[in-house]
Parts: sequence; C-alpha cells; structure tokens
Amino acid sequence: MELVCPAGNLPSLKAAVDNGADAVYMGFKDDTNARHFAGLNFTEKNIGQAVEYVHQKGARIFTAINTFPQPEGWRRWTDAVDRAAEAGVDAVILADIGLLDYAAERWPDLHLHLSVQGSATNYESLKFMYENFGIRRAVIPRVLSAPQVRHLTEQTPVPLELFGFGSLCVMVEGRCLLSSYVTGRSPNTYGACSPASHVEWVDLENGKMETRLGGLLVDRYEAGENAGYPTICKGRFEVQGKQGYAIEEPTSLNTLELLPEMMDMGIAAIKIEGRQRSPAYVAQVTQIWRSAIDACAKDPQTFQVKDEWNRELGKVAEGAQTTLGAYHRSWQ
Amino acid sequence: MAVKISLGPVLYFWSADKLREFYREIAGSSVDIVYLGETICSKRRSLTLAEWIEIGEELQSAGKEVVLSTLALLEAESELKSLKRICNNGKFMVEANDMAAVQILSSQSIPFVVGHSINLYNQRTISVLAKHSMRRWVAPVELSKYTIKELHQSKPEGVESELFVWGRIPLSYAARCYTARHYDLPKDECQYKCIEDPDGILLETKENEEFLTINGIQTQSAQSCNLLPHLEDIADIGIDIVRISPQSSATLSIIELFNRARSNQISIDERIVAAKPFLHYGGVDGYWMGKAGMKREI
Repeated sequence: MELVCPAGNLPSLKAAVDNGADAVYMGFKDDTNARHFAGLNFTEKNIGQAVEYVHQKGARIFTAINTFPQPEGWRRWTDAVDRAAEAGVDAVILADIGLLDYAAERWPDLHLHLSVQGSATNYESLKFMYENFGIRRAVIPRVLSAPQVRHLTEQTPVPLELFGFGSLCVMVEGRCLLSSYVTGRSPNTYGACSPASHVEWVDLENGKMETRLGGLLVDRYEAGENAGYPTICKGRFEVQGKQGYAIEEPTSLNTLELLPEMMDMGIAAIKIEGRQRSPAYVAQVTQIWRSAIDACAKDPQTFQVKDEWNRELGKVAEGAQTTLGAYHRSWQ
Repeated sequence: MAVKISLGPVLYFWSADKLREFYREIAGSSVDIVYLGETICSKRRSLTLAEWIEIGEELQSAGKEVVLSTLALLEAESELKSLKRICNNGKFMVEANDMAAVQILSSQSIPFVVGHSINLYNQRTISVLAKHSMRRWVAPVELSKYTIKELHQSKPEGVESELFVWGRIPLSYAARCYTARHYDLPKDECQYKCIEDPDGILLETKENEEFLTINGIQTQSAQSCNLLPHLEDIADIGIDIVRISPQSSATLSIIELFNRARSNQISIDERIVAAKPFLHYGGVDGYWMGKAGMKREI
C-alpha cells in the first residue's frame, strides 16, 4: 500500500519524502490544479529539482492537473501536461475528459490517474476512464461507505487510491459549486474552494467575530470560540428556525482505524490531504501514517491504532476533531 | 427556428398522485421535451420504471419528446442495476447524469443526452462524448454565456445544446442526506421526510439571508435561476433548447411565459414583472453573466 503525501512546495515535498512517503503529489502555480493558492505550488524551474529529489530517494512524484479547462484556458492545461511529462513525473492526476484524451494521445507512456475531481463513485464510470484513456489508478470521492468501497475494489478495472487523512470535502468532489455560487470561483473552474480573496474576518464588539465569504455570512462566533475558515459546507446556518452546522462541522477525515480493512480490500494507495498546509504538518502526518501502515502490513490481525497517533492527528485536524466520514454509514 | 423548451426532471420527492397530475397538465402545455424520472435519491420510489414509461407514452402521444433521466450519484450495486434497466428501456432516449450511464449507453452505441452534472467544460470533452453517441449536452450550470457560446458554436454536427434557464440551481451532491440530518434521522431510516417539502427546505444564513435549498443529498440555490430576460441572447447564440426545472406550483405559468417570450410576444420589462411572483427568493443570472451564481444583473 503506497502512502501518497501532499507537496505544496519544495520544503513540504522534502518533508514528505524524508518522513516515509512512497509518493508525493504536487501542482503548478496556476489554476490547473485544485490547490490554486497564493505562495503555493511549483514552477517550470523547480519541478526539475522536485523530480530529482524524489527519484533520488526512491519515491514517486505525481502532478495534479485536476481542474476543468474552458476554451480560453485550454492551452494552459495542455502545457501543464506537457511540462509534467517532460519533467519526468511518474503520473499525472487528471479529472477532465478532454484533457485525459489529450494526455493519452500525446503521451501514450505517461501514467494517468483519475483525480478525485473526476467524481467516479462506481465501477461503470471507472470502466469508461480505463477503456478510453487507459487510466492506471483512480482516486475515489469521499462518499462511499466501507462496504461500498469493498464492492468497488472487487469490480474495478484499475487500482484504487483512497483518502486517509485531511480536510474533508462533504460533497462529491468535482460536483460542488457552492463556492462559485457565492464567489464566482469553484474548485472546478479556478482550483480553489472559498478563495482567500473573498474571505473576510470581521471583529465585532465584546470579542465576538464573524466570517464572510463574498459578503455572505458563513458563521458568527461568541467570544472565545475558535473561528474556522469560512468554507460554506462547514458554516453555521438556520434551517426552519434551527441553527447549527446544517451540512458538516469543521472536521478532518481520519481513517487510521480502517487500515486493516483497506489493506484487506487491496487498496493500492492512501492519500493524505493538505498541499496548503505547512511542511511541519506534512512531516508529522507522513510520519504517523508511515508507522501505521508499516505496523499494519506486518501484522494486520493485531494492528491497533495508537492513542498518540490519533492525538497528534487530532491536533492538526480542522476544528481539532476527526471523523470516519462516509466510510461509516451512520455519518451519512 | 425558435428555441425549444424542455422541462427538466422533478428534483424533489413528490407522491405518485402529484406526479401523475403534474404530467397530465404538462401534456397540454407548450413544452417540447419532457425529462422524466428520479435523479437525486434511489430511495424515492413514487413510480416504478414501467409507470414512468407509461407517463412518457402519454406525453409522447400529446406530441412531446420524452427523455428518461437518471441518478447523478451512483454508489450501490442496486443503483447500477436500475440504471441499466433505464438505459436499456428500448423506447426513450436517456439523459446520463453520471459517467456510469455514459459507459452503459456508449458501450452499446445507444444515443444519449449528457446532463448538467457531468463536467463538459471544453470542446475536446464534447467531441470525445459526441464520438461515443452523445446527441445533446446540457451545459454545466456554472458556465458563462461566453464559454457556452464558444462551446455551442464549435460543437460537432448532430449535437444539440441545452441550457438550464429556470429554477433553483443544483449546486452539489453528497453521500449525506441533509434532509434526514435536519430532522435528526439516520439516512437509512429517513422516513422519506423529503416528501413533506415539495420544493426542498430553505437554508438561511444567521442573518436570515435566504441562501440554499436542501433537497435530500442535493443542495440547490434558494434563489431561482431566471434567464427569461436573456432569451434573445440565448437564441442569438443558437442554443437549441432551454430547460425549465419544475417547482411545486406555477410551472405551467412559467412555461407559458417562456413560450410567449420565444415568439417575442412580451418585452424584457414585461418578463421581469411577470416572472416575479414565481420566484420565491428572487431570480439570479450571475453564472450566465460570468459572475458569482447568486448575483443578479437583470
């Protein structure tokens, strides 16, 4: 089972590889990937360094080009595929059908992974991507229960990669427009959900505060409450007079306890979310997951999640809490 | 040729009686194309496939083109089995709302429509699917008129373009059912609560700004997309079909408004006034104008 870790920049990439990542994933400094944030990602110049470092250490490197190009930007996306291929990355992670078609034709030897943004939640969708573009792996949206994942592993034409830890998208990835409804920019079109340029943190009297996105009130906090980043799905709203987290609480996915089951299913890789996080986060989360995967591989029968692992992961989780998400049916 | 009007699938959970009565009225309306079937949740079973086909046949004899629409989020094997039955109905064209349907249909070379929940954002994607027997595409709702124009004008021959022009905008899908969550029920024991809200449930911000609509596993805008004032622009681009999304009341009046607008019987100012009573929380056209979806330009 491969451990795939986030690399928002060179220091994070090194932190991941040095702490036991089998593979890292990164993107370019533009809207061709779903972590299009200021100060993040790689240029034409340092991607060479990145590839060299990773390969020297015997790990693999994937490039996420997983947003959806529109006609006026098409060249930027095909250039990104070309740049990644020429730099010698081990795979590109794509979501757009047109771009998959381009990459399969232009770079027949380049490994293609279907991004989570490709929204494939069943084996018929995976068959389409495999038969038409020869994808070698698919990253599965965080919407299936554990038994559904097991069924999928029995039917899929390609190995699967699952999310193990990190900020949780509640909606099917690639099909969530909440951000563009409010700001005009979505992960699909712009590579960012709730872009920082549209976020306001407003101090109110008596230590209260509120967070807004594109002017829309996402949450209001009492004095002393921790304010979270105003992602719409993690805001507090009112539904028929009832106030609360109508969609989801600020929380991170943590599937450490499912490791033996995921290994048993034959899951090919575990993905750690967080290209926007610090090198320290990457180092710590990578280390814990490396230890857990090694322990589980050694003896899955007796594998137990260490309290200290969960404690440390809890500290870096969104809202300082974690969930099994959709893997656990009762969450749904 | 004047733009055709289609009626999208009913996105909410309505009873069998309500659905039958609704489509009896639709048979006498001026829509050209009717999309039938459940697209949101496989637990909603007011009608069987055979009953949907029956309604389809009645609409067809009233002169409507009928398309069977399919689930947008498929997770369970049982859902794939139902999907296969719909895809192989042998009578009506099918709207694919997930790539699973595209695979099932294209592998048998059965022509199909691609709905707005599949991401067709560029020419190459449209060409690839056209080669796989796609006959019509419905533009993803977040695309602007500039992108839609380019895509429409460069699409392969024999492919029609359809545009979502009226109704609460589908914004996301999830494993979690927000209706069940609102009622504090587990999804597996949801008691089919969504039948109580034939237009979904309003979600407001803490300062009571109407924002979203909860509809089972789907979230929609609270505001309705209203492109009625833009119908000339839409026709000028050459869009073939405009889609109205059903709501629990006034759908017939909305269809009639579009029908009069497409034959230039009412001015833009008159349309704005006439549409107002049918918009629960105001109309928006931001996506069409290349802005945030909830903005209103006209």
